[in-house]
Amino acid sequence: MEQISRSIRSSASERLVRIVGYGFIGAFALACVLPFVLVLGTSLTSERSIQSNGFNFWPKDFTVFAYRIVFENPNLVVGAYFVTIALTVIGTVIGLFLVAMTGYALQRPDFPYRNRISFYIYFTTLFSGGLVPFYLLMTQYLSLKNSYLSVLLPGLLTPFLIIMMKAFVQSIPHAITESAKIDGAGDFTIFRKLILPMTTPALATIGLFIALGYWNEWYNAMLFLTSDVEYRPLQLFLYNVITRADFIRNSSAASNVPLRDMPLESMKMATAIVATGPVILFYPFVQRYFIKGLTVGAVKG
Amino acid sequence: MRLQRLWTNRTLLLMCLPAIVFFLVFAYLPMPGLYLAFIKYNYTDGIFRSPFVGWENFRFLVINGDLARLTINTILYNLAFILIGNALQVFVAVLLNELRRKWFKKIAQTFLFLPYFISAVLIGLIAYNFLSYDYGVLNSFLVSVGLDPVKTYSNPNIWPFIIVIVYLWQTTGYGSIIYFAAIMGLDHEIVEAAEIDGANALQRIVYIVLPWLKPTFIILLLFSLGGVLKGNFGLFYNLVGANNTMLYPTTDIIETYVFRTLMNNFNFSTGSAVSLYQSVFGFVIVVTCNWVVRKTSPDHSLF
Repeated sequence: MEQISRSIRSSASERLVRIVGYGFIGAFALACVLPFVLVLGTSLTSERSIQSNGFNFWPKDFTVFAYRIVFENPNLVVGAYFVTIALTVIGTVIGLFLVAMTGYALQRPDFPYRNRISFYIYFTTLFSGGLVPFYLLMTQYLSLKNSYLSVLLPGLLTPFLIIMMKAFVQSIPHAITESAKIDGAGDFTIFRKLILPMTTPALATIGLFIALGYWNEWYNAMLFLTSDVEYRPLQLFLYNVITRADFIRNSSAASNVPLRDMPLESMKMATAIVATGPVILFYPFVQRYFIKGLTVGAVKG
Repeated sequence: MRLQRLWTNRTLLLMCLPAIVFFLVFAYLPMPGLYLAFIKYNYTDGIFRSPFVGWENFRFLVINGDLARLTINTILYNLAFILIGNALQVFVAVLLNELRRKWFKKIAQTFLFLPYFISAVLIGLIAYNFLSYDYGVLNSFLVSVGLDPVKTYSNPNIWPFIIVIVYLWQTTGYGSIIYFAAIMGLDHEIVEAAEIDGANALQRIVYIVLPWLKPTFIILLLFSLGGVLKGNFGLFYNLVGANNTMLYPTTDIIETYVFRTLMNNFNFSTGSAVSLYQSVFGFVIVVTCNWVVRKTSPDHSLF
């Protein structure tokens, strides 16, 4: 008798947890995706329909006019794409190489300076000079204002990724390095010929973090690239389309559409889709690498 | 002896050299610039000939109440992010672990992580899609059920909720990964033994999974508390907008304030004073948190 009541109770709680689980997770997952559907839907809606019905998940009056305007100003979008792709590729290649090399050297148990250098790097996350001195350094002393280097250089290395690389390399036995040393290989050769090929999953993870950082970079671009720069990175371009009326006016002139007929709202959404599309399309295939990076960092601190 | 040690490690040192130079230039060189906090900077005299004013800039910030307001805003937002965020992440991870249908779990996870990977600019635009007075989905909904539309972008009282909700929306899925991975590390035999002893699903969660997550929870909490004085500039700036002064009372944090002193007012000394205050107190907080971590779990302390 007692056995039966217990199993009934157990199945009831089992069911409760399952209902809450599927219900809550399902609802949350939908809430994570629907905003993107909303942006996409609005980007495909005519301006007249937006003015009477507001933003909508499903376009009531379907049109690709906003995309036409966005692409009819090709030097802006294409230029922004080109700048962002160039920054992402160059920054990822150089940054990945530097992060991997530093991370490998810093986890070598036989490297007597590893703790001091690690702390030197880590300390920068504890104490910083703040925005104003950084800005003055970049603009007045390094003369990087209106130079793409102002976006490229600060994003190359982060303490977080170096620590992550250290954690990854630590899973490779030190004996491999030691035996190669006995065979007469130099440290850099060991890194390049032995360690790099063995850490490809780690490199993929770190490379993706760096690449995502460059693709979404907007802060340094906003600080250092002023209106004198013809082509801005994508996210800054998007920011300008959203917030600055003069951008809309320029697009209006470039596409021969009178200002009052410009699809102001749907244009913002169309630009957002164009700027974010690659990340959303690409991301499902690489998400496991982002997950791996986080769990490695968590285990090793 | 010393030189010899340098020489034998020359390759490894050279391999670290780019990183050393990088952090020297971009992180250490700006630090002496905090001297700006003690002068009355003007453009013509530059850093070295502008008059030295001691603690005057700080006194000014204390008297006009800016420093207190910024500190309270920054800390309260971070506390909400950290406490609600971690609780929600545990909740999501535990529920994900209970789901049996593989395909559902996979798709749900992919969706849940997605907001983490988009730029702050798009976050601002998405919020605008919901909150815009004229076209936003929120007001369309309110009007359709017969209520009055709300002027979100001029009502400072609702912004703490908006900002916290957007933050949770963006980070909960990705943040739950750590907890989910920790649950994966739980010994299956313990769970099975409990089930044989008659533990139901709720008991399994309350008496086995949650206690198992407790150390991870505490460590993550302490780590995040170390950054309680650091604000997420991109989130606040893109949600609130560059010049929406009406919302400042409830949305202005240290980062946005310093940004304005630099870009709008060119008041370099005030901005530096706030940054120095933030760095020094932030440092004290991190060291304290790390000290607590070392007491509770020495393996996890950072230094």
